[in-house]
Amino acid sequence: MRRVYLDHNATSPLGPEARSAMRRLLDEEAGVPLGNPSSPHASGHRARLVVEEARRAVSRLIGAAPSEVVFVSGGTEADNLAIQGIVEPGEPAHLVTSSVEHPAVLEACRKLRERGWELTVVGVDRDGRVHPDDVMKTLRRETRMVSIMTANNETGVIQPIREIAAGVRERGILFHTDAVQSVGKREIDVGALGVDYLAISSHKMGGPVGIGALYVREGAPLRPLLQGGGQERRRRPGTEAALLAAGFGAAADAVRLPGDEDRMRGLRDLLEAEVRRHLAVSAVDIGLVINGEAAPRVAGTSSMTFAGIDNEALVIKMDLAGYAISTGSACSTGSTRPSHVLSAMGLSSTAIASTVRISLGPSTTEEEIRRAAEALTDAVAELASIGRAPLASGAGSR
Amino acid sequence: MMATILVGMSGGVDSSVAAALLVEAGHEVIGVSLQLYDHSAGGRLARCCSPEDFIDARRVAAALGIRYYVINKEEAFSRHVLDDFVAEYRRGRTPNPCVRCNSSVKFETLVRLARGLSATAVATGHYARVFTDPATGRRSLLRACDRAKDQSYFLFNLTDEQVRLAMFPLGELSKQDVRLAARRLGLETADKVESQDVCFVEGGDYREFLRRRLEESGEREAAGPIVDSRGKTLGLHQGLSRYTIGQRHGLGIAASRRLYVIARNPSGNELVVGGPEELCCSEVALDETSYFGDAPCSPFEATVQVRHRDPGTRALVTPGRAGQAALRFIEPARGVAPGQAAVFYSGDRLLGGGWIARGTQAILPRVARRAPARAAVAK
Repeated sequence: MRRVYLDHNATSPLGPEARSAMRRLLDEEAGVPLGNPSSPHASGHRARLVVEEARRAVSRLIGAAPSEVVFVSGGTEADNLAIQGIVEPGEPAHLVTSSVEHPAVLEACRKLRERGWELTVVGVDRDGRVHPDDVMKTLRRETRMVSIMTANNETGVIQPIREIAAGVRERGILFHTDAVQSVGKREIDVGALGVDYLAISSHKMGGPVGIGALYVREGAPLRPLLQGGGQERRRRPGTEAALLAAGFGAAADAVRLPGDEDRMRGLRDLLEAEVRRHLAVSAVDIGLVINGEAAPRVAGTSSMTFAGIDNEALVIKMDLAGYAISTGSACSTGSTRPSHVLSAMGLSSTAIASTVRISLGPSTTEEEIRRAAEALTDAVAELASIGRAPLASGAGSR
Repeated sequence: MMATILVGMSGGVDSSVAAALLVEAGHEVIGVSLQLYDHSAGGRLARCCSPEDFIDARRVAAALGIRYYVINKEEAFSRHVLDDFVAEYRRGRTPNPCVRCNSSVKFETLVRLARGLSATAVATGHYARVFTDPATGRRSLLRACDRAKDQSYFLFNLTDEQVRLAMFPLGELSKQDVRLAARRLGLETADKVESQDVCFVEGGDYREFLRRRLEESGEREAAGPIVDSRGKTLGLHQGLSRYTIGQRHGLGIAASRRLYVIARNPSGNELVVGGPEELCCSEVALDETSYFGDAPCSPFEATVQVRHRDPGTRALVTPGRAGQAALRFIEPARGVAPGQAAVFYSGDRLLGGGWIARGTQAILPRVARRAPARAAVAK
């Protein structure tokens, strides 16, 4: 039985276009090995063309000029470069972010706090949405930047970026958005959104791991995080990864919107409907809450809380049955970290420990979704019927 | 799904071999590691179960061809083990975190997961054996064959359900056998050094751990008087938790005879010292007693260990109400520390055990009756 992969938000499988673009590059072309893009000879020329072609593809995808796209190692570096990149020596200032950001943003903001900056973290409502007014209220004379993600990796909830960015930039404040979970999944146009910085991750959209991009609006300030050889217009030194860029660019060109988005939304909605249907006829009574359901969500993401179920046991059960899902918040050891996103949305720690995330992608089929819905509810029902005995104290409980 | 056994894997050689032996015997095995604390929180907090240890466990699992998962139990461990550790010191007692962890965290988690996955057994690398009474079918624990490595003491309060599912593949083996097996099986962890101390304390320095944890709630241990059993002040101690019952050195007292720590009295912040005869204890009160099988109603004799490394002392155990029991030692026992576990054995059979509430030594009631001078732990 073929395994079903439903953890696209953690990483997406390498798309066929990215795969063939990278494969082609691994071969020499007319006896010219791939060189360093900065070299003057034929090998360098070949590599440079690859990198610039990829840059154009990524810039087209987000409506930017190629010169506004900086290649970095991934979404985390893109976020760090944007946030730490606005720091000038001198007086520390103030920045604003939200409580549901990815750790790459939150930790980069906290790092600035260590350097004397003040940080305001804006909360979200029960649906996981940031309210533009809540952001506006926090803005001060010393505010230099606001960072709000476009869509959340755990719930898929989409933030009102256009409104927030407009209000923020009107006051001359820089606006950064982590769009890692949006680019490739929905229409993203940096001009329409009105942002100064936007982070993209290749492996969240069918490209290879190890590369990402930061959109930097022409004229927006950026101090490099790394020191070195001056590549990427001195904004990000280091030999440009031509092989990875080729994959990233091909993945960008392969994005089909709104087609993919509509299809993925349909499949996600089908998954949720099927799970509900199976639960309704199940012998065991299990409460299901879909987190952020009432808010606009990126197609393909579903955060499900099954009352009283241990989410780690559920993920393991599903893995043993051949389905890859997630608890939504992972620790690098492979275990779970309690979710700060769900906590910010007001879920109790018990509910958080009962939540799983299912995220599908362009390669997901309807058959996979139907099978997954059944497997998931079977697993949930089995765990529920075993019962939830209280934690034994050991002594006297015999 | 075939009959599956969950194996708790720490990344050490013992649990690696336990898993390997089960696989070799043809069982369907799943390896599970429990993440008990956040190693990213500054430096190397502990000697065991670090991310590096998990990588070792994962690689052993891969070599054995078994599935492997890491489960996050930081919150449960913090609540059941670390908080209890600190609370016991505050009460002037000596905690036993390993016993608490085994029943409240390790076996509780593995057994619950086993039920969820329909696994038929939970195995660990502990040196202990399970005994099934041929007449009743009831299961209990036995010491391991390797008496020097026997860890049954730490498993005394497993619940009936936990024991029902428990398997200890190393119970009949010596440590030497285990290392040889590890090499024979080609396990990467064959020569890995075992952690001997409490797992969450780096270098065995529990005092530093305690100090930091108390600091987190704004507390500090205060210095106080060292007194003898008549209340006479002999010196100054630097915080009660730094001293162990039975400790002789490091007291900073010049005395004509050998003095040992015999009690920690938090209400007066006093460290009570006395001669070797005062270290001996003839009676002990226990609470939270548990037994494998039916709890006895009448007194019985057993060999009782009051520490892990205790050859054991013959005692008469008189069960009381509400999980209490009274121990009367036939020969006096030394260094009985409130908070430790008293475990009852009959030969190799582990009958049960309880937690030491207090040792009935003639001196203690006198000390306790004195008015408290200053709190042991101050904000």
